[in-house]
Amino acid sequence: MSETFEPVIIGFTCNWCSYRAADLAGTARIKYPPNVRLIRLMCSGRLDPTFVMKAFANGADGVMITGCHPGECHYIEQNYKALRRYLLLRRVLAQMGIEPGRIKLVWASAAEGVRLAQEITTFVEDVRALGPLEWPDWKHKNGHHKTVESIALQEVTA
Amino acid sequence: MSALEKPKFAMYWAASCGGCEISVLNINEKILDVDANFEVVFWPVAMDAKYKDVEALPDKSILLTLFNGGIRNEENEEIAHLLRRKSQLLVAFGSCACEGCIPGLANLSSKEQIIDTAYNTLTTINPNHIRPEYNFQMPEGNIQIPVFYPVLKTLDQVVPVDYYMPGCPPESHQIASVVDLVIKVLHGEASLPPAGATIGAGESTVCDDCPRARNVKTITKFHRIQDLEIIDPDLCLLEQGIPCNGPATRNGCGALCPIAGAQCIGCYGPADGVQDYGARLITAFGSVISSNDPKEIEAILDGIPDPTGQFYRFNLAGSLLRASKAAWKSNGNA
Repeated sequence: MSETFEPVIIGFTCNWCSYRAADLAGTARIKYPPNVRLIRLMCSGRLDPTFVMKAFANGADGVMITGCHPGECHYIEQNYKALRRYLLLRRVLAQMGIEPGRIKLVWASAAEGVRLAQEITTFVEDVRALGPLEWPDWKHKNGHHKTVESIALQEVTA
Repeated sequence: MSALEKPKFAMYWAASCGGCEISVLNINEKILDVDANFEVVFWPVAMDAKYKDVEALPDKSILLTLFNGGIRNEENEEIAHLLRRKSQLLVAFGSCACEGCIPGLANLSSKEQIIDTAYNTLTTINPNHIRPEYNFQMPEGNIQIPVFYPVLKTLDQVVPVDYYMPGCPPESHQIASVVDLVIKVLHGEASLPPAGATIGAGESTVCDDCPRARNVKTITKFHRIQDLEIIDPDLCLLEQGIPCNGPATRNGCGALCPIAGAQCIGCYGPADGVQDYGARLITAFGSVISSNDPKEIEAILDGIPDPTGQFYRFNLAGSLLRASKAAWKSNGNA
């Protein structure tokens, strides 16, 4: 590979903290690498591990999950659920051969634009060092056949 | 109706154990209805027929094919294509065909590791380290055996499937009700479910069928069921720290295992709306752990020594990731 490897990173952000931190980083003109594609959720507790599996299965090299600091969740305690799921998910991914370094959980409040930008920068470099994941693009349907297929069918007939 | 006019029926086993066949025979006297209404043209476990007999049939001439087993090698895939061509209705029958099942757990290991386990462990006498060869020259001629794939696939990962019938194996009463339905359809008394439907099972979860009492779950330790001296017979097993897969598993079995005091291991596959079975269980288990401290959470999680085996015992080949890196990197991506 002659060119520098640019990792694709999916970032799941919480509407009440980290998404606003990213927004703040933008308004304050703090730079962070464009490798991360941010997706806004209402809460880190909304993060279904399915999203992470799907990200890796569809070509992501790393996944970042961000939420409110412990004790500060807008929905009282859902960020703790995100924490537990993250710790469990990381174990499953390791068994599947996805290095724990490809997934990261970061707490960032709405005021921490600088910190979030730094965390993103560090994570991009960490994933870059791990190299491309290149999960196979399974030729047929992704995930649970029936659900995906019937949705596709509905779209065609609609 | 003469025997010649009866609609044709086939059943095939690919990478499977044969339990599905036993489950079909366990429908008892209903098997006579199958015989009365169908002409069995191909069923390797029950009758003698050759692949060439199937090849000789006109396309779409078999009305109903129950296909059990995953696609482990070249032969499985070839027969899947053959039966798809010859069948009007192809049913992924049982967990292996639907989602990979236990044979699909081999998707955690490389092809080399699988072959080593089969041919060179302490329990195998193989002093010359003999390995299968796909092409072997004998004095009588060249012998070929089907190529072993690095990743086991589900049936619908190689051919389109009309219906899914989950279970390891599908419960006999569910098979009997599907047989009844198909016979009614043949007589014009009922219509077929929509294409792609899951048949012979419920839509909800095993928890919905489980009579055990459920409260707010606060788990401080996971236990292996055999390590417990006392198990409350009326209380939710997950609540007692026994890793029960009921929350993500499709109902249809009648919650047999939890009623008998054993945790649900997930053989009926993902419930309706669940895209990745294991991910749904990670969500569920993550919710009920009673700790907010990372170190303590890790210690509780140590109680599930093999999380992938726990969450994907039946569903690995049908999951979003399908196979571990070790598996899909081994010897190409077939």
